[in-house]
Amino acid sequence: MAVGTTERGALTHPDVTRLDDVNRDVLKMLTVPGKGWWMLFGLCVAGVGMFLTAWFWQIYKGIGVSGLMSPVGWGVYITTFVFWVGIAHSGTLISAILFLFRAPWRQSIYRAAEAMTVFAVMTAGLFPLIHVGRVWHAYWLIPYPNSRFLWPNFKSPLVWDVFAVTTYFTVSAVFFYLGTIPDVAAARDRATGLRRKLYSVISLGWQGTDQQWHHFGKAYIFLAALATPLVLSVHSVVSWDFAMSIVPGWHATIFAPYFVAGAIFSGVAMVITLTVPLRKIFGLEAYLTVKHFDAMAKLCLFTSMIVFYAYLSEFFLAWYSGEDPERHAFWNRLFGTYWWATWTMLVCNGFVPVMLWFKRVRHSIPALFVISIFVNIGMWFERYVIVVTSLHNEYEPFAWGIYRPSVTEMAIMAGSFFWFGFWFLLFTRLLPPIAIQELKEVLPPPIRKKKSPEAQEAH
Amino acid sequence: MSAQGILASYEYLDSTVDAIENLKKAGFDDIKAYAPYPEHHIEHALGYGESPVRVWTLVGALTGTATAFAFTSWTSVEWPLVVGGKPIISIPAFIPIVFEMSVLFGALSTVIGLFVLSKLPNVKPAVVYDPEFTAGRYGVYVEADSKRLEEARKIMNAEEPIELREGAADE
Repeated sequence: MAVGTTERGALTHPDVTRLDDVNRDVLKMLTVPGKGWWMLFGLCVAGVGMFLTAWFWQIYKGIGVSGLMSPVGWGVYITTFVFWVGIAHSGTLISAILFLFRAPWRQSIYRAAEAMTVFAVMTAGLFPLIHVGRVWHAYWLIPYPNSRFLWPNFKSPLVWDVFAVTTYFTVSAVFFYLGTIPDVAAARDRATGLRRKLYSVISLGWQGTDQQWHHFGKAYIFLAALATPLVLSVHSVVSWDFAMSIVPGWHATIFAPYFVAGAIFSGVAMVITLTVPLRKIFGLEAYLTVKHFDAMAKLCLFTSMIVFYAYLSEFFLAWYSGEDPERHAFWNRLFGTYWWATWTMLVCNGFVPVMLWFKRVRHSIPALFVISIFVNIGMWFERYVIVVTSLHNEYEPFAWGIYRPSVTEMAIMAGSFFWFGFWFLLFTRLLPPIAIQELKEVLPPPIRKKKSPEAQEAH
Repeated sequence: MSAQGILASYEYLDSTVDAIENLKKAGFDDIKAYAPYPEHHIEHALGYGESPVRVWTLVGALTGTATAFAFTSWTSVEWPLVVGGKPIISIPAFIPIVFEMSVLFGALSTVIGLFVLSKLPNVKPAVVYDPEFTAGRYGVYVEADSKRLEEARKIMNAEEPIELREGAADE
């Protein structure tokens, strides 16, 4: 027979030896939460309360309570929308693209990253609804004809965006759910009472038979193959919301790759931000090793370089084009009213990640955590710079204006982080936050007849 | 009933694979294997070919492509309105929608295909099952005529199972 004693898993998880160790270590997280979890959860519930209060206030009073006013019609809401869509992207990168590339370090982080994707798209999806003001007309986004049988304009990037974001949410939620089925079955077989009932329903009666695994494996590959171009398309479409217009600072062909790289950059940083506490709180040092963080840090560094290169080439092309409005837009970014936003973006996304060149920094978990926070901040400001500084000084100087985010807007923006945290905290306690079956796949399989002649021969 | 089954749980992968292979050699066809993770050695021993899930994916994706092309073109012709100086049916502008719909339909039909092929949701789970199969053990379940059951038991016992259980094929 062809079962060899390969070095499977020795590389990434040297401290995990037995298959059922994984069940023990992961499923122990799905118990009654401690004080720390409840405190965080309470904080998030309060934050969601603030979020909803601010939103209801805006619905009650009208969109005038935001700072949005001609010429700046897109502000913090659109900034935060793009930010959360971007965060979502690295989850799919880790779960789908690295799956297809067979990266050996993705197994232990991908479930958390994928959950992050689903919750981040859920958060992002709220912002167009908040932004349009009259949210009770949100169903107008659904492509159906109006009372005179005029259909939506399918040539418009905003309609593309509706298709892209809803498809992305649906596919990533399905992909996430599919991956959890075998793990929830594992949880079901250990649980009792109400949890057992819940897990039985979620796992759809999964038993891990040969037939189930066979089709599951193939379906998973095809979903990954579909999700890979999807993730690249979604942020490209989001970037075309800007790039298809003629606003100076937006109208650039570089936008699609620039946005995708930025999305992955911010998303990987967010994965680091989320997994560092997860590892600490649940004692997952054997699963989330320094090697994993090193790999994520390298990905962060690589995308940071792409993003910084894109910044520089934008400035260069603005100068090289010789177009006055274009030149002004970029000069205004660096030295105009919003200089502080631009410099925050440049420092956080271009300069701080330079530290990741050093192995000592990449191997220090606290340092990575701090850097990842800087990147999260920097990437929010990147979108703010793109959205606001471009709009506030367009072509006609008499139409220029200043935008100041209102308290309501800031409360909704900050509240979205609590909304995201609310779902993520629930996830860590209700679903296995580490992919049990994928981890087992990379562990050395238990072999009885070690070094049997046939096994040697099969090698 | 004449068909009966035996369930063996193994601790080791090679024992499992050997048991399956020897059962196959002895002419037992109704074999079901359990594993805590997708193990290609077991699939190989059972003689699996290519999964038909891929057909579901392809057909779903192509349906999405066709639907989106038809939908965007038809609605544009339905009320012809020149927008942005583009032709009424401007294919490049429809590509993003066509692409997203292809992915959406492809993904959903893959999942439906998976559910159909692997008989999920499994509302009435099989009687012969051990919760250890989702933890760390492998299982082999063979169903045979009661006359040949003894032979199967012998083959399965040769690979030193942790547990050997006899079970009726159905409730």
